[in-house]
Amino acid sequence: MNIFVCVKQVPDTETKVTPNGDGSFIETSSIKWIMNPYDEFAVEQALQVKAANADSTVTVLRVGGVKDTEALRTALAMGADDAVLVESADNLDSYMIAKALKGAIDKTGKKPDLVFAGKQAIDDDCLQVPQLLAQMLDIPSVSVVVGFEMNGSKLMLKREIEGGSLEVYEVETPVLIAANKGLNTPRYASLPGIMKAKKKPMAQHSLADVGVSDSDRRVKYSQFTLPPEKPAGKKFEAMEEGARAGVVKEVVGLLRNEAKVI
Amino acid sequence: MSKVLVFAEVQGDDVKSVAYEILGKLSGQSVDVAAIGSIPAAAAEKLAKHGAENIHSIKGDKLEQYTPEGWSNALKNFIGDKGYDYVLAGSTATGKDLLPRLAGSFDAGMASEVVNFTFDGGTFAGTRPLFAGKCLAKVEITGPKPHFVTVRPNALGMPTSEDAKAGATNEATVDAGTIRAFVKEIVKGASEKLDLTEANIIVSGGRAMKNAENFKILNELADVVGATVGASRAAVDSGYAPHAMQVGQTGKTVSPSLYIACGISGAIQHLAGMRTSKVIVAINTDPDAPIFTKADYGIVGDLFEIVPLMTKEFKALLG
Repeated sequence: MNIFVCVKQVPDTETKVTPNGDGSFIETSSIKWIMNPYDEFAVEQALQVKAANADSTVTVLRVGGVKDTEALRTALAMGADDAVLVESADNLDSYMIAKALKGAIDKTGKKPDLVFAGKQAIDDDCLQVPQLLAQMLDIPSVSVVVGFEMNGSKLMLKREIEGGSLEVYEVETPVLIAANKGLNTPRYASLPGIMKAKKKPMAQHSLADVGVSDSDRRVKYSQFTLPPEKPAGKKFEAMEEGARAGVVKEVVGLLRNEAKVI
Repeated sequence: MSKVLVFAEVQGDDVKSVAYEILGKLSGQSVDVAAIGSIPAAAAEKLAKHGAENIHSIKGDKLEQYTPEGWSNALKNFIGDKGYDYVLAGSTATGKDLLPRLAGSFDAGMASEVVNFTFDGGTFAGTRPLFAGKCLAKVEITGPKPHFVTVRPNALGMPTSEDAKAGATNEATVDAGTIRAFVKEIVKGASEKLDLTEANIIVSGGRAMKNAENFKILNELADVVGATVGASRAAVDSGYAPHAMQVGQTGKTVSPSLYIACGISGAIQHLAGMRTSKVIVAINTDPDAPIFTKADYGIVGDLFEIVPLMTKEFKALLG
C-alpha cells in the first residue's frame, strides 16, 4: 500500500509572534520550528497502518523553506520510509501548497492508497489544504478524524462535528484523512530511530519541478499587526471568606449593567 | 457591485445565525441566499429583511445528510453559470470542510475564517487572525471567480439595521454526483448545547479543576446562563475533559460575548484561542496569573468557592 503523509513546519505553540518591519509577514529569525501538532497524529496513523499491512511504504511530504528540516526528520525518525521536500518561500497560500503536494505525489510515480494530513496547520489556520489536495487528486476526504478502523480496503472514520458529535463515514481507499487530536497517541522518535532517519532518502524539488508558479497564487496577505491590547480590567480580591459574596454580586452586576452581556 | 451568494445552514426552524451576521455586512451588493434542504418560511422572511434578493432551497438525492463530496458537487452544479463573484459561508463544522473542497472544484481562491470584511467597489477585503489570533492580517483573493470566504460565527455581530429586499423563494433540484465517502450514522455528543465556536457564553475550566467530576460546578453555572463549557489544554491533557472541549491554539478558537475562565493560568496558546471574546472574566487564586492581563473582570479567589456563588447570583438575577 502506498501511504503518504503531508506535514508542515510551524512555530512552536509557545512562540510570541511579532509582525516584521513592513508588516508583510512575521519575524521568523528567532522562531523554534516544530512539526505541526495535528500532523503528528497523521504520521502515527500512517505508521500504524504500515505495521498492519505488509509491503506498505510511508512517504512524508512537506512544502516549505529548507533552512530547517525538523518536521521531515521527526517523521522519518518516527518510522516513515522516505521524505520529499518541495523547497519554497514561507508565504505560499493553501492552493499553492496543495498543488505542490499533488505534484510531489505524482513525481513519486506511486498511486496513493491513503493520504494523511493534520486537520489544520496552527500557523495560518486555513483548514484548506487537505480538502484541496483531495479534490486535486480526485479522491474523497474526511476531515477532523478522531476514529480510524481499517479492514482490507474498507475504512470506518469518525469525524468530529459540533458539540462533540461524530459523523461516522464508510469509505474505500483511496481516501485522504485529516487527523484531529485524539485520533491516537503519537509515538516519540527513539534514539535508534533518529540515527536511522539520517540515512533515509529525502528527495528535493523546486516549486517549478512540481508545476507550481506565481500564477497559482489565490490569496494575498498584508498588514500583519498585533491584535489591539485591551485596556486593563478591574480586579477584585476574594480570597477571604468575608469578601467573596460581595465581590461575586458586584461582578455579576457589572456584567449585567456595565458590560451588558447577560 | 458584486453578485454574492451566502450559503446558509438550516438548523431547526431557522438558519444558523452567522448567515444573518454575514448579510448585515453585504449592504450594497446583490445578494442571494442558498441552503441545502428546506429553508423554513420564517427564516426566509428574516433573510429577506436582512437583504436577500433570492432564497434558494437546494434539494436532491443523497443530500439530506452532509457529505463533503455530495454537498460540494451539488453546490458546484447549483452555482454553475449563475455568475456569482463571491460565495460566503459561516466557519462552522460543515462550512470549514465544505468550502475548501468547493473552492478547489472551481480552482478558485478562498479566505478562511475572516472576522471582518469590506466590499469597497464590490471587491472583497477581509481581516483574519493567524497563529491562532496572535496576530491579524489583511486578506485578499485573486485568480478565477467565484471567490470563497468563510466567516467566523459571532465575530461580526448581528446587524443592527435592516436593508429589506424581495426575498423571492425558489426550489432547485440538483445532482449530488459521485459520493465515495458516505455517512453511515451520527453519534450524538454528550452536549446538546451550541458548539464552542458558536457559543455566546463560555465557561471554561483549567488544571485547577483537579478532576473531571469537578466540571459539574461549571456545568451548573453554564446551565443557568445558557453557556457551553470549555477547557484549557492543561485540563484536556490531564484527562479532565475531552479534546472537543479544548479552547486554544491546538483546540478551538472562540469569540463569545462572555468568556468565564475558571482556574486557567493563561498560557500563551490558550490566550490566543480566546482573546477575541468580548468580555472576559477570570477566576484564579494566583493574583499574578497571566489570564488577569486579558480579563475585563478578574476575581482573585478559589474557583470552588466563587463559581457556586456566581451560579447562585445569576440564578437570582435571571430567575
